[in-house]
Amino acid sequence: MTRKQRRLTMIGAAGVVLALAAGLVLYALSDQIVFFNSPSEVIAQEVAPGSRIRLGGLVADGSVVKAEDGAVTFAVTDGAATIQVAFRGILPDLFREGQGVVTEGVVNRDKTFTADTVLAKHDENYVPAEVVDALKEQGHWEGGGS
Amino acid sequence: MIVELGHFALVLALMVALVQSTVPIAGVYRADGRMQAVGVPAALTQLLLIGLSFAALTYAYVVSDFSVVNVFENAHSDQPLLYKYTSVWGNHEGSILLWVLILALFGGLVAAFGTNLPQRLKALVLSVQGWISVAFIGFILGTSNPFARLDPAPFEGRDLNPILQDIGLAIHPPLLYLGYVGCSISFSFAVAALIDGRIDAAWARWARPWTLAAWVFLTLGIAMGSYWAYYELGWGGFWFWDPVENASLMPWLATTALLHSAVVMERRDALKIWTVLLAILAFSLSLLGTFLVRSGVLTSVHTFAADPTRGVFILLILCAFIGGSLALFALRAGSLTPGGIFAPISREGALILNNIFITAATATVVVGTLYPLVLESLTGAKISVGAPFYNLTFVPVVAPLLVLIPFGPLLAWKRGDLRAAAERLTLAFGLSILGTIVVLAFVGVSQALALLGVWVGLWLMVGAFAELAARIKLAQAPLSESWRRLVGLPRSTFSTALAHSGVGIMVLGIVSASVWSGEDIRSMTVGETATIAGYEITLDGFRSGRGPNYEEASAQLTVRRDGRVIAVMSPSKRFYPARDTQTTEAAIETRGFSQIYLSLGDIAEGGTTVRIFWRPWVTLMWWGAVVMSIGGALSLTDRRLRVGAPRPARRRRLAPAE
Repeated sequence: MTRKQRRLTMIGAAGVVLALAAGLVLYALSDQIVFFNSPSEVIAQEVAPGSRIRLGGLVADGSVVKAEDGAVTFAVTDGAATIQVAFRGILPDLFREGQGVVTEGVVNRDKTFTADTVLAKHDENYVPAEVVDALKEQGHWEGGGS
Repeated sequence: MIVELGHFALVLALMVALVQSTVPIAGVYRADGRMQAVGVPAALTQLLLIGLSFAALTYAYVVSDFSVVNVFENAHSDQPLLYKYTSVWGNHEGSILLWVLILALFGGLVAAFGTNLPQRLKALVLSVQGWISVAFIGFILGTSNPFARLDPAPFEGRDLNPILQDIGLAIHPPLLYLGYVGCSISFSFAVAALIDGRIDAAWARWARPWTLAAWVFLTLGIAMGSYWAYYELGWGGFWFWDPVENASLMPWLATTALLHSAVVMERRDALKIWTVLLAILAFSLSLLGTFLVRSGVLTSVHTFAADPTRGVFILLILCAFIGGSLALFALRAGSLTPGGIFAPISREGALILNNIFITAATATVVVGTLYPLVLESLTGAKISVGAPFYNLTFVPVVAPLLVLIPFGPLLAWKRGDLRAAAERLTLAFGLSILGTIVVLAFVGVSQALALLGVWVGLWLMVGAFAELAARIKLAQAPLSESWRRLVGLPRSTFSTALAHSGVGIMVLGIVSASVWSGEDIRSMTVGETATIAGYEITLDGFRSGRGPNYEEASAQLTVRRDGRVIAVMSPSKRFYPARDTQTTEAAIETRGFSQIYLSLGDIAEGGTTVRIFWRPWVTLMWWGAVVMSIGGALSLTDRRLRVGAPRPARRRRLAPAE
């Protein structure tokens, strides 16, 4: 086998694997990513019912209701709009009314939200960047920086 | 006073680093041996100064000197002593200082132990190390000074983030940084060789041990981080495909590829251009990781504070080093001569295939990590890329590689015989199939893909030793001869087998813990019993207590199997008043390689929500990483690889030919 043939074999193999990887990445990017939306965007029907999104905002004051069986409902607000969220499971330690939260789940037909994940914040000062942006858009952000 | 001395030592270290980054390289161009020799004392002095600086900051933490802003914001006088030490790097400023300390440590090691390096190469390597030092010490002094004072000094500190108050903080960051920063040595070697214009097999022999050491630390650091997240966050998950996790995975993958391509370069003088490029890429990915984690573009537990100037500064460092080294590469790569010739089916070919797969896998992680950032800055749309993305991209790319691993070591250099390799693997194949059938008998047909995963894991574990078995003529020669051959084998043969079987062990753990896990979230009252995987777990009651800087409420649960008490577990909730923060402390009971994992929800009158996980064989995942690391460390002790070792002498006659 000449040097040229050998090189072509290797380039061919690399091409096949990279093409496979690129194909998978493109497919996954079109299908497996989750968009972040604020309650206002959900109300304004920018999100189709049944689609999987991350919903972020502040936990509305006085909205958290815990049932006996571990089910929890609460409202997520960005100041302009509010969405009811149903969740079953253990809430993160820093989940509190009036604090920022990001939940992941499915938008229902009646514009409520069924979450299967409530993301933990790691710090009492930390508000997820997405939430900060959403609040800024609605003119409700008073913190500095970030 | 001591704090000011620490600050001053850091400024001095910057000055020394400036000398180190200029004088030796100037010496190379002026062919002045004395100037070249400056690198060694400069690197050692720098290590001493940064060590002093780090010690000064540690002192401030240990005595709880709250007149230092950094100590005030991240420490509390009630903390146990261990956490006073670990608090030093439990924050942005201190962790970057640790980064620089480790950088200086590696530079000092090259200076002290690289006595066999040619003087020109050594001078250049130390100069390049000096550039990195200058950039990062400059970053600390310019944007992240850990020694800034506060006047008047507060009475009490704000405490360390409670999630970080764990033994994990003592282990995970130093290990990970040893790995990250260790990549800088192979980078410096690569850039030095490009400047010098001379790259040969000897270069690979010098650079490879450093890469290997970095890889061992990175492997352990990532595994430790994964285990820490697993038990601390209370979600029972071990890998979240979080961008900061990817930030450590990317350099690990690149270093793994580099290790393998450097073997080809060392033994066959081929793949030179590619190896040098990989060395540059590995460190670039480490820098990218540092940028992602430290700049505040991502929000996570690792992002201590978001400060735009810091992000811009690191981005500039990133551009300068990656751009500069790649430009140098583009200028010089053409002048490198290709080396030995080999057939596609050969050890070289197998190692190239390994590199192709690993590079493609790295690329998928890079895309998944950076795409959301790029998309947001271009269109404003916010997305999150999580496990489903990687299951569809990373996993299918890596899976074929895993199946092919056992073949590689069985192929000869230059021209291999695939059929002979396959024949030698027949036994391993049979054993792995047998093992899979045994597993199938126990768990039943649940998921075909999971069984495939189990097979891959067993295949790797057994197949990794096929080369060893073949070389000692196991079952083909008398046992006494096999034993004699075994003793005579070079250590690197064992290390390859161990590292590859470690991958198999890890695969087995991941597959099992992902597929056959049990999970139950239920509210339990005192006296109630829950059952998971045949274990009966009874809630006995609650207890409250006090730690040094927290209040704790714990639940007592008794675990029984067939009526026999196996363990008493007490998961708890802790409240840290200094930060007004609550944490969940999971309780874990290890049975063999499997674990019962309990974490608590809110405790109410006479009951609580309990999250119960059953994680079968889960610890295999981390043991696999440990076995891989042992393999790597063993290879470091191989005399052919010893730092700066001369060309290996002809081996004793008894040892089999390579």
